[in-house]
Amino acid sequence: MKGKMMSKQTEILHMPHDELERVQLEGLKKTVVNVYENIPFYKESFDAAGFDPYAVETLDDLKKAPFVTKQDLRDAYPYGMLAVPLSDVREIHMSSGTMGVATVGAYTEHDLEIWGDCFARGIEYADGDENDVCHVCYGYGLFTGGLGAHYGGLSAGCTTIPMSAGNTERQIRVLKTMGSSIICCTPSYAMHIADTAIEMGIDPKTEFSLRAGIHGAEPFSDNFRRDLEEKLNYKVLDVYGLTETMGPGVAIECMEQDGLHLAEDHFIAEIIDPTTGENLPDGEWGELVLTTVDREASPVVRYRTRDITRILPGECACGRTHRRIDRLRGRTDDMLIVRGVNVFPSQIEDVMKTFPDVSSWYVIELTTENHLDVVTLKAELNPDFNFDNIASIDRLQKDIQEKMKAALSVGIRVRLVEPKTIARSEGKAKRVIDKREG
Amino acid sequence: MIQQITVFLENKEGRLSAMCRVLSEAGIDMKALTIAETAEYGLVRLIADDPEAALAALHAADYRAISTNVVAIALENRPGSLSELLEKLDDMGVNIEYGYCFAFKGEQAVDVFKVADAEQAAVKLAAAGFKVVKAADLA
Repeated sequence: MKGKMMSKQTEILHMPHDELERVQLEGLKKTVVNVYENIPFYKESFDAAGFDPYAVETLDDLKKAPFVTKQDLRDAYPYGMLAVPLSDVREIHMSSGTMGVATVGAYTEHDLEIWGDCFARGIEYADGDENDVCHVCYGYGLFTGGLGAHYGGLSAGCTTIPMSAGNTERQIRVLKTMGSSIICCTPSYAMHIADTAIEMGIDPKTEFSLRAGIHGAEPFSDNFRRDLEEKLNYKVLDVYGLTETMGPGVAIECMEQDGLHLAEDHFIAEIIDPTTGENLPDGEWGELVLTTVDREASPVVRYRTRDITRILPGECACGRTHRRIDRLRGRTDDMLIVRGVNVFPSQIEDVMKTFPDVSSWYVIELTTENHLDVVTLKAELNPDFNFDNIASIDRLQKDIQEKMKAALSVGIRVRLVEPKTIARSEGKAKRVIDKREG
Repeated sequence: MIQQITVFLENKEGRLSAMCRVLSEAGIDMKALTIAETAEYGLVRLIADDPEAALAALHAADYRAISTNVVAIALENRPGSLSELLEKLDDMGVNIEYGYCFAFKGEQAVDVFKVADAEQAAVKLAAAGFKVVKAADLA
């Protein structure tokens, strides 16, 4: 024991789960009434669905409430979803709005406090406290990453450096000289910092003093994580959040790196089948739906995040009681429904990664044959694969097919194709071509 | 023992001719070409006068091409010569994965076989009096 003071988060993070549920239920009762009485959208949608906000007795009653979608939030731009007068709002953030109108997140004094506390849990997981220097190089601004991590650093008592993103050489100088032990930024920026340092002749492994990185806002693979950890000699913790419900800190990995602990005292998580809207049991993959427990300015009830994850059953080895979600598997927007089965391109990607004989360039084609969906995966052979006879290629195709069938619960065809026949694209590759009829 | 080049091609119109064009533009002379095909793809196996240059040209044009050791035997162009060779391989306990033949210098037939150990088979066949074709013979 290094005899440090118990942080204000420690107790909450070890609260027995039934107590957490009591906190959730009390908060839920207030939230549904609050949105019904103060946000016209919810009055309309609750009434249309026959949901009585005054009759909530159990957490299960939440399942009777209608969903709210990103489009609903967009339609309410700018202040349509505010549950408090603007005079009580201290800060505004907005989602990037790359797909159209931005969504607005508003925060009261209390909301900012819980945001900082939620993010501070990541620092707590990394065993961080007032003796740590927290280097925040998420972008500061409307994006929730920068200020979310900043408030987290303050809440945890860290010496917090608001670097913001950019000017990588200066980041490296500060990391090297200021003794930063915790870094908060996107995983790709952390990699960029590491690579740039190495190019500059600085070994971040020995010349930085990092212990943990809290990285989120974009997906990253396990390999990418290992590379980062190797280069920077620290531990990478995945953080999840979204402007629509708060920002980073909704869920964060602990040092076990075995799922992200939800801040269950502030959010109620459900997993639903994105096509039917039915609730799914723990362990099953589906769309994450979030309800805020004590958010004042921008509460949401059953917000469909469109993020695909699952509740991890069982307790975490770290002993904290807050349940965990698995690392995100993609967005519902990417989901394919093949013969009634939900298939995520990321599942296919996971299987492809286990076959070194095919390259990472592949495309999934959906067609219709005799009124049935047919999935064909086209992949390129790698140069060092010995394909001198038909049998070796057949075997590889069959192996991939069998592994896919086991992983996806739906059969797919595998076709190996010549190199460079699959279109390369800058940025996000187009992996799915849907040519199905009707 | 000589080098055969195996090329992976999709079973689509124009793929074979495009590949042959690459080789001709590199000044490669093909001595033999055979195709093993499925509905979706084919494996083209070929013997070239300069296998290294052929492989380099194919790789530069983004073809999946590999080199495989095969044993090649020059036989007289008369009835029974292939049977004698096959019987000898049988006696030696050598299993043939695939094979093909091509005419060479008018009177000779060259039989090409893919076996587990091409080098060893070549040595044994030479010792038994068969004329083993070497890379230099084809250049």
